[in-house]
Amino acid sequence: MTDRIVFEDVSVAFGPPERRLQVVDNVSYAIGDGEFVSVIGPSGCGKTTMLNMVAGFMKPSAGRVLLDGRPVAGPGPDRGVIFQEYGVFPWLTVRQNIEFGLKLRANRRDAARRAEISDRYMRLMGLEDFADAWPRMLSGGMRQRLALARAYAVEPQFLLMDEPFGALDAQTRSAMQNLLLEVLRTEGKTVMLITHSVEEALYLSARVVVMTARPTRIREIVEVPFGYPRAEALHEQPEFGRLRSHLRDLVMQEYAAQARQRFAVTD
Amino acid sequence: MQRAALILLPWLAILAAWYAVHHSGLINPALVPAPHAVAARFAELGTGRLPLDVLMSTRRVLTGVALGIALAVPVGFLLGWYRQVRTFVDPLVNFFRALPPIALIPLVIVYFGVDELAKTVILFYAAFFAGVIVMYEGIAQISPIYLRVARTLGASDSEIFLKVVVPMTVPHMLTALRVALGVAWATLVASELIAAQQGLGALIQDAASFFQLDIIYVGIISIGFIALAMDLVLRAIARRLLVWQERLA
Repeated sequence: MTDRIVFEDVSVAFGPPERRLQVVDNVSYAIGDGEFVSVIGPSGCGKTTMLNMVAGFMKPSAGRVLLDGRPVAGPGPDRGVIFQEYGVFPWLTVRQNIEFGLKLRANRRDAARRAEISDRYMRLMGLEDFADAWPRMLSGGMRQRLALARAYAVEPQFLLMDEPFGALDAQTRSAMQNLLLEVLRTEGKTVMLITHSVEEALYLSARVVVMTARPTRIREIVEVPFGYPRAEALHEQPEFGRLRSHLRDLVMQEYAAQARQRFAVTD
Repeated sequence: MQRAALILLPWLAILAAWYAVHHSGLINPALVPAPHAVAARFAELGTGRLPLDVLMSTRRVLTGVALGIALAVPVGFLLGWYRQVRTFVDPLVNFFRALPPIALIPLVIVYFGVDELAKTVILFYAAFFAGVIVMYEGIAQISPIYLRVARTLGASDSEIFLKVVVPMTVPHMLTALRVALGVAWATLVASELIAAQQGLGALIQDAASFFQLDIIYVGIISIGFIALAMDLVLRAIARRLLVWQERLA
């Protein structure tokens, strides 16, 4: 499998030299073509920083973040980013939101093609009855589906998701996970998912990268042995349960380490 | 129907209270002209100087607000957008905003004379500082996530400005315009202290010299209603432009 996203000895530090805050410490791993990799770790450890480097919002202080072998230069439509806060444009209708990217110079399509694409993703995401609705009328789950549809519309090769379902209730969240799996089955992408849910990471991904407390390093990379397509019943399998306990142990240890650290900092 | 009644009710209450004060005997009735006397005076002036007064005042207010907002929008935008700039410009804005326009009149006369320009300067001053605060407070609250999203969808700098920043700025521009209009009408009388021959402020001052209380009431009520009408128009425009918003402006 060819590596599409590569972290090569990546470190990130903020602040002036005398009060340097090390956030990411010498991290290396790779995400292969069409792979679904989750990154999990205590909140505030630096997971989002790693996604932001792939998205092109920031650069590493040392090491390289490579996209198809080239260092990331900045954000671009080849990488769709999904945020926890959705970021749906409130002044555009559902359809206009989906077509936003298709009216930009970078990926302009004519009106007929735009309508075709937005129709298609509204159907896929179950938004077809809301084409002309304003985002304020939509529930959280629907807004996140809209954000996903908008990202998909410009046909990115990568999907970068930063706690995308974190603000949703448990039922909506699991429905969104299944929808995501479903969409990925028809239109495969190389996916990097940041999450703090062990359950979500296991259910969705082929590999789980467990990060340590800050400054974050790789604690362990866990291969998830289940194939796709996946279904809810997977949650009940003994092997799933075993992996879940193992991951939970790792994550809990790091949460504890992070909490001690926070205490030390405020002291 | 019910809505119309609810809107009319407070006005009728004011009218009733006015009559009550007039007839109560607590205050010399000569000092509180009856509403119908004011209405009669209104009708009389309506065929006399009032239309020109209204026209002049409206023109001054609109000119002052147009110029004030034309400057407040870009300045407010820059202050809201660039936090570093705000740190040292903010005290300046608050310093000048606190100065009552009426206190500036002597200086304005010295520097700008006593013509239309002087009156416009006063109204411009009031409109600008009212508008600029609303603009930059609003812009500063815009969430950066929309810019990031647009960026990841492939938007260039100019596309981000036109397709994200501008639509997010429109609500704040409309609010700034409304606030500036209100402040400008409130400052009108002060601006017309500067040797105005026509205008509602001039009408009020002329009447004051001759102790014509009913005319003073006509002037005050005219200012209030014109300001109200303009605000209603702006709100209707805002509702049209901002159907997407949760709270209607």
